[in-house]
Amino acid sequence: MVAVNCEQVWQEISNYIDGEIDPNLRAALEDHVGGCQRCTAVLQGTRNLVRLYSDERLFQVPLGYSWRLQRRISATLPGRRGNSLGWLVAVAATALIVGGITLANSRAAAPKVRSVHAQIGRGVPATLAVIVNNHGKLFHVAGCPFLNEKDGTRTLTAEEAEHEGYVPCVRCMAKYLGQVAMNWTKKAWGIVSA
Amino acid sequence: MKGSPGLDTQEQALIQQIQNGEPDKFYELVKPYERRVYTAAFAVLRNAADAEEVAQEAILKAFANLRQFRAEARFSTWLIQIAVNEARMRRRKDHAEIMEPIGEHQDEEGTYTPRDFADWREIPSEALQRAEVRELLLEALASLGTKYREVFVLRDIQHLSIEEVADSLGISRASVKTRLLRARLMLRDLLAPRIAEGRFSREPFEKGNKPW
Repeated sequence: MVAVNCEQVWQEISNYIDGEIDPNLRAALEDHVGGCQRCTAVLQGTRNLVRLYSDERLFQVPLGYSWRLQRRISATLPGRRGNSLGWLVAVAATALIVGGITLANSRAAAPKVRSVHAQIGRGVPATLAVIVNNHGKLFHVAGCPFLNEKDGTRTLTAEEAEHEGYVPCVRCMAKYLGQVAMNWTKKAWGIVSA
Repeated sequence: MKGSPGLDTQEQALIQQIQNGEPDKFYELVKPYERRVYTAAFAVLRNAADAEEVAQEAILKAFANLRQFRAEARFSTWLIQIAVNEARMRRRKDHAEIMEPIGEHQDEEGTYTPRDFADWREIPSEALQRAEVRELLLEALASLGTKYREVFVLRDIQHLSIEEVADSLGISRASVKTRLLRARLMLRDLLAPRIAEGRFSREPFEKGNKPW
């Protein structure tokens, strides 16, 4: 059997743990580790950390992650083909995005929004009192469960909040955003005269 | 797609249904992997809020590109590959490389010598219920250079095979093995003395006192 030194053991430890090692080398490595305190410590420690990190409890997704993902998918993907309601929702969503971009572009002095993924949907009354988190990206109505109050909040008007780069919370401001999208859709498709 | 070795029958059926005009089946397809997608994004970005945004973007991108999915690979691997790419793009965009963690530019080919030989006795998995142990492990992982962290997360946390990690990251199998070895040894150097002595303080990370 070939003999291996400490350095060779360290370079093969990962392969040894993963079982991706030649049987002869494995035997030599085990023989060496059996009589070497330092290599035993390295092998045992590496095994321990692999075991600890593989525990699912270590990596926890943020609270509400699945729910928010599901909402985002539902809001973005088109409805079932042939379903008129789904078609209308899809058109409305497109209208919201197109309308938002158009309106945003039309504001020469509009600041950059705080979230690149936020939908810039206008339609919220300019004088409406809204609440923002100093480190957040969205503005909310009072009592919105999605407002994080830990880092300090401020009350200002919707117009001021938009000017500072905040965008409306899609949950508590849904009625304003939805109405803008629906009006645009109706106008675009001649459902009612605008 | 039929009979593809990398794709299970249920996934195959779901993909077919989605492509035939039932997009509402898409969440059912990605649900088993939503956690993995988030973890992959987190491995690159080290920030929960950014990782969640990128995970959402990656999943929507997967829908948009579902017709390009080649069933030779597993759907989960393809999805994670998109998440890693999206996260890397986000990192580049945010210029995060200016603040890369220690170890990022170490010579990958050179041998890594362990620096600490503390006797780390096996600790029970119940220890993970202690917040300070979880924080210690997460801080240690976050302090690794990105290229080591990506490989370690995909292999040892998400349990992808060496080949799948290589495909997801666009690197060779040999590079995966080299980076994985270094990641494991660096983490052991960092954690062994603290865990062996039962000290779970984050102090060494905060002071930037790392063994490598």
